[in-house]
Amino acid sequence: MNIHEYQGKELLRRYGVATPRGVPCFSVAEADAAARELGGKVWVVKAQIHAGGRGKGGGVKVAKSLEQVHEFASQILGMTLVTHQTGPEGRLVRRLLIEEGADIAKELYVGMVVDRSTQRVTLMASSEGGMEIEEVAAHSPEKIFKVAVDPSLGLTDSQADDAARKIGVPEASIPQARSFMSALYRAFVDCDAALAEINPLIITGSGEVLALDAKINFDSNALFRHPEIVALRDLDEEDPAEVEASKFDLSYISLGGNIGCLVNGAGLAMATMDTIKLFGAEPANFLDVGGGATTQKVTEAFKLMLKNPAVKGILVNIFGGIMRCDTIAEGVIAAAKQVNLNVPLVVRMKGTNEELGRAALKASGLPIISADNMADAAQKIVAAVAGK
Amino acid sequence: MSILIDRNTRVMTQGITGKTGAFHTRLCRDYANGGACFVAGVNPHKAGENFEGIPIYATPAEAKAQTGATVSVIYVPPPFAAAAINDAVDADLDLVICITEGIPVRDMIATRHRMRGKKTLLIGPNCPGVITPDQIKIGIMPGHIHKQGRIGVVSRSGTLTYEAVGQLMELGLGQSTCVGIGGDPVNGLKHVDVMRLFNEDPQTDAVIMVGEIGGDDEETCARWIKAYMKKPVVGFIAGVTAPPGKRMGHAGAIISGGKGTATEKLEVMEECGIKVTRNPAEMAKLLKSVL
Repeated sequence: MNIHEYQGKELLRRYGVATPRGVPCFSVAEADAAARELGGKVWVVKAQIHAGGRGKGGGVKVAKSLEQVHEFASQILGMTLVTHQTGPEGRLVRRLLIEEGADIAKELYVGMVVDRSTQRVTLMASSEGGMEIEEVAAHSPEKIFKVAVDPSLGLTDSQADDAARKIGVPEASIPQARSFMSALYRAFVDCDAALAEINPLIITGSGEVLALDAKINFDSNALFRHPEIVALRDLDEEDPAEVEASKFDLSYISLGGNIGCLVNGAGLAMATMDTIKLFGAEPANFLDVGGGATTQKVTEAFKLMLKNPAVKGILVNIFGGIMRCDTIAEGVIAAAKQVNLNVPLVVRMKGTNEELGRAALKASGLPIISADNMADAAQKIVAAVAGK
Repeated sequence: MSILIDRNTRVMTQGITGKTGAFHTRLCRDYANGGACFVAGVNPHKAGENFEGIPIYATPAEAKAQTGATVSVIYVPPPFAAAAINDAVDADLDLVICITEGIPVRDMIATRHRMRGKKTLLIGPNCPGVITPDQIKIGIMPGHIHKQGRIGVVSRSGTLTYEAVGQLMELGLGQSTCVGIGGDPVNGLKHVDVMRLFNEDPQTDAVIMVGEIGGDDEETCARWIKAYMKKPVVGFIAGVTAPPGKRMGHAGAIISGGKGTATEKLEVMEECGIKVTRNPAEMAKLLKSVL
């Protein structure tokens, strides 16, 4: 789960991570008031959306007067911001962060992730602040310094100091950088974060260490113990179809193609999408109905797929193990009847009682195309959608 | 022979009285030699009771002492599952198979750290389990789709493992052992660990390795295979069409920072001399071609 920059900064401040002062705003009037309240001579007006690259897209502006704050807030609030992470359709800006301007002497990068190979939280630090860390990793990996944290010790002072020195934090600011990184680690672990990125982390002219941006992503498996974080969820920033799917315990992800797929199991769902692609078409979604593919779940899954106007055909691929194919067939038939299915439907069922399942589909009188295996199914749906 | 488990394995079920634990313990008990294999249950609140004749103990240590069980399977709900693994590790069991899906990563980091230097092997979490066909099944896979044979299967995904097994059966190829290592980012045995075991197993002639996007376990395994594997291995990686940054069902199936793509994995596997297919309907056919 993602949260906004301003929420991330509020959370980090509670752990002692230093940030510039700022106020979240939902209207231009609020932005005006916030700038007056913050005082000073320079303010930053920042679009709050769950995507990176906001600056390049025109969603972050530095204002040198209260009038400019007003002007930029009016421009940015309500704009459709397009960045490399939003896709071409962009994202509507509904929230702003008005922040005091900072005197930037140095821009650095600090991030934390769970490293799968060491099975530890890993601190990543780089002198290349403000750049995308993926690009730094691709072009100059030697500029990324990594520290795996022993979970029983936490991030030690010497690890933090070492990282700070390696990325060029001036000697006078080392103690501040140390407490910054320790606080970031405590916040990461305490809140069950999956990723935390401070990009850039800045050193100010007077040697302060501040988080100028904050991107935090949480482990969704751990949200049950963080109601305060769940409360930060902004449904406007999520795909409505994915939000709807989560209500029915379906794992759904929108993709760009025109063939809807309904599969049990994440691995098989990905494999099914890949097979569609292999035969020349593109999947419209990833959809895992899970182990218990009940009639209700299958019906909701059909409704979800058909809400997408791009969908021109549906491929159902079920491996019936504990769940029998005839039960699943009943679910598919009930769902197809209930949603008034008007696009081609190919069903491939394998496993327990597959003959019974196929017979049920045939007896239903619905125009369901049966397939023998995954490749056959993909070829049939691709052909049906192409009108062949 | 086989790997990890066989008809002589003695198993305890942690979470035997829960809905999932009860359901699957029954199916496992009724499969092949399961009646003799599943000898104990663990539930701290129901010690002294029994589950359809299987005695329940308060801790894995007690279950081990009383029944001789050395393997545990865990169906405990996610908030308590890591602690259940810890209990099994503290009892010095040989193997723990954790089926539970949805364990917080932080809990697994702590548990894996605790396991350092201990003898207990962990499979999962978020996995279908392990089956040595016609001898024993420990987990949630459908037993009847398997039969005893000489092909090993290792995979991160449940249904995709069944798919591979289904294809093998159509070609008349049985399996030595099938291992689902699970779809979580922080887990126990990796592809490479299971591959080592298959390499040493005289009952295994060849292996199907099924992977998916995320991490670099498949690459690590591929490089090991190139250096040490004495048997043919074929592979498939799911997720060529998966977009970066999106978690595809499994917590571990996510392309992050441009790393862990299916294409990258397939390339490394090919470089290491592993035959791969981009068509998941042809995993078994490809395997048969290398026998």
